Amino acid sequence: MAPLDKNTDEAPKIVGDPFKIPDMECGAMADTHTFEAAPEHNEPLGFPGELVDNWKEVAIAKMGELAEKNRAFKVYLDTCVKCGACTDKCHYFLGSGDPKNMPVARQDLLRSVYRRYYTFAGRNFPWLVGARDLTKEVLDEWYTYYHQCSQCRRCSVACPYGIDTAEISMAAREILDSVGVGQKYCNEIIAKLKKTGNNLGLNPKALRATLEDLEEDLEDETGIAVKLPLDVKGADILLITPSADFFAEPHIDGLLGYAKVFHAAGVSWTISSYASEAANFGMFIGSYENMREVSWRIRQAAKDLGVKRIIFGECGHAWRVGYSFLNTLAGPFDFLDQNYPIPQHIMEFTSDALDEGILKIDKSRNDEFRMTYHDSCNVARGSAMGRKEGGQFDLPRKVLKAVCNHFYDMEQDTIRENTFCCGGGGGLLTDDLMDLRIKGAKPRMTALQQVSEDHGVTHMAAICAICKTQFSKVMPKYGYEMDSIMSVHQLVANAVILDGQVDDDDEDDD
Amino acid sequence: MLSTLYAVLFYVATILLIVGTGMKVLKYAKTPAPLKIPVSPAPRTKKGVVLRMGREVTLFQSLFKSNRWIWIFAILFHYGMLLVLLRHLRYFTQPVWWWVELVQPFGVYAGFIMVAGLAGLLFRRIFVNRIRYISSPSDYLMLLLIIGIGVTGLGMKFLMPVDILAVKTFFLGLMRFEINPLPMHFGLLLHLGLVAILMIIFPISKLMHAPGLFFAPSRTQVDNAREFRHLSAWAAQLPPLPEAIPDAEEK
Ligand code: HEM
Ligand code: SF4
Ligand code: SF4
Ligand code: SF4
Repeated sequence: MAPLDKNTDEAPKIVGDPFKIPDMECGAMADTHTFEAAPEHNEPLGFPGELVDNWKEVAIAKMGELAEKNRAFKVYLDTCVKCGACTDKCHYFLGSGDPKNMPVARQDLLRSVYRRYYTFAGRNFPWLVGARDLTKEVLDEWYTYYHQCSQCRRCSVACPYGIDTAEISMAAREILDSVGVGQKYCNEIIAKLKKTGNNLGLNPKALRATLEDLEEDLEDETGIAVKLPLDVKGADILLITPSADFFAEPHIDGLLGYAKVFHAAGVSWTISSYASEAANFGMFIGSYENMREVSWRIRQAAKDLGVKRIIFGECGHAWRVGYSFLNTLAGPFDFLDQNYPIPQHIMEFTSDALDEGILKIDKSRNDEFRMTYHDSCNVARGSAMGRKEGGQFDLPRKVLKAVCNHFYDMEQDTIRENTFCCGGGGGLLTDDLMDLRIKGAKPRMTALQQVSEDHGVTHMAAICAICKTQFSKVMPKYGYEMDSIMSVHQLVANAVILDGQVDDDDEDDD
Repeated sequence: MLSTLYAVLFYVATILLIVGTGMKVLKYAKTPAPLKIPVSPAPRTKKGVVLRMGREVTLFQSLFKSNRWIWIFAILFHYGMLLVLLRHLRYFTQPVWWWVELVQPFGVYAGFIMVAGLAGLLFRRIFVNRIRYISSPSDYLMLLLIIGIGVTGLGMKFLMPVDILAVKTFFLGLMRFEINPLPMHFGLLLHLGLVAILMIIFPISKLMHAPGLFFAPSRTQVDNAREFRHLSAWAAQLPPLPEAIPDAEEK
């Protein structure tokens, strides 16, 4: 009989077990403390510049306010039975062994304080229910461990009540921000976006120059003038894509892929310099107001340019905000064409184009790659695609299989709704958390090593800007080249043959 | 004298249980969910959500997938308890409903099953490092409390029988606001005392997981954010943002 506890599975493993539960090591990650924000990062977001004098009262009041305004926060704090089912589900715990990285323990950092001030049992018998006072040490501990959660929701899938630690860590970050303790990485980026329209601080001129360079590259490659239009009024489609697509590898190759697909489909489209960012870091810090302001730019750009449709590029977190929140935050979109989903994902567009036979594909052009696919957790567990439940798993696989001959999935419990986060999501993609990022990537990397061993897989595709950046940084630590991570639309770009395309090889033959 | 005390105790416990739980549930229902956060893949229709929740409540579907040992003990305990509770309805109905009669023979074994499940959960709580780490005294006490109820109940059935007709007369009486004598039986008094404690702490403890489950947005929301605009009352009150791009930012 197979062992009952999945995690004690004795089945022979060549490489390693992605689910292996480490020995618990208290305080292993206690010193991993991401850089705190300076006043100029906090203030543009509407937060106090630095720790306020009456922080304790403010924090406790904020906690109460969130419990009034957010059902998830309230219910999740009340209903956990400490069954332990989630304790071995977090990649940061699996990678670090620090018990405070077990999802329920992470929640308890805040729940213990909530109980002390807002529940009968905690007010009167704190020792009985593990309630504790809010002190500076507790506040620091929150900062440390709520910035070791990528808000990936893997724990929520495991919980009998669907308790989502991501919601708790978003709330915790919002409480921290409200007393003036922000995280540099996230808050600096949001402030930058509010100024320039993207996370990089890229101004419209620089953006135009970048896109023109890319157009030249495309023309050199294909012999065809494939356009990357910017701020074109009256275009049909507004493409909202992560700014990493403009400069980072392998993101750019994905962008070229969208451009080729749009070109082949013969649609008119444009990028906006005002809303030149898909990612919405407002989500990471749990701030509804900031998230709303950031998304609002998309609405303004769509109106300004007079487009009919909005399509999102490859970005996991962006797509969660796009799919699940955009209508709430910046809707209603009654001024757009109602015959298409609002917003739509580029994967949905490409998948439809494949169905309609618009794309001419030569799969053999990807024969040098043996592929697997990383389900980005925000796409997998925080959004959907297509018309059918689970489309967010099936569509990218369908597109990949349509453009390459060699595709193999990783172990079932590490993909689809059980996918392991890349280790860099949720506002943790910063160099000062590199140690955490490497440890958090371990379960995913172990599953990848297994499929490499079993099927000779050489490359992994993803559709999240953060995943791609994270993997290109951490893969070398696990024995892969940094370009082993690819964009799905990079593979599409390789395989698509445009009408009238002249290839370098063909030219050689001439 | 003791009969009166127990009568009062049960009235108080019942009121606290119903009013306390009711108030909490009302609070959950009234608290808005500002965003659509179903954990996907999630049903695209209301009917789908009802089915999803049905599977969660009756089969503990997520727990089944995430931890088989906890699932086994949890199912033994909860279904054991369900049968035991149904069996107890005979103390409150006259004549006893036919289907409660039907449950009686199973109810006896269910008591053992329930205690076995609880023992398994307690064992894990003590011996699995990770679960011991997340446990507070109340988590152990809760299990011991329910085990105590189960063991005293089984004790009365198999070791030191009690005059159950008198017990039934006592409870039927309470339902008509009459106080009849309760048999002075140590096991019975302990059993009933523990039950009253359980009822009293229900609304202020993690036992709220039972009603809370139905209010978890991650499981109960329909995945239709693109089709229907979801907006909470407080978010609708936020100051409007400009429809046009502000001049200063025009390229
Ligand atoms: C809608 C009805 C209910 C559902 C769906 C439900 C579900 C669950 C689940 C899935 C667990 C986690 C697994 C476990 O640790 O056993 C649990 C735990 C628990 N349930 Fe329930 N439950 C329900 C009603 C109740 C009621 C009425 C009680 C009252 C006595 C109760 C007492 C407990 C206790 C004490 C635990 C914690 C066990 C431990 O410490 O490990 N449950 N429940
Ligand atoms: S949301 Fe993800 S990162 Fe956060 S505790 Fe859960 S499993 Fe860990
Ligand atoms: S699985 Fe859910 S109920 Fe169980 S310990 Fe984790 S958060 Fe709590
Ligand atoms: S970066 Fe990718 S895998 Fe990681 S949290 Fe985001 S979507 Fe998830």
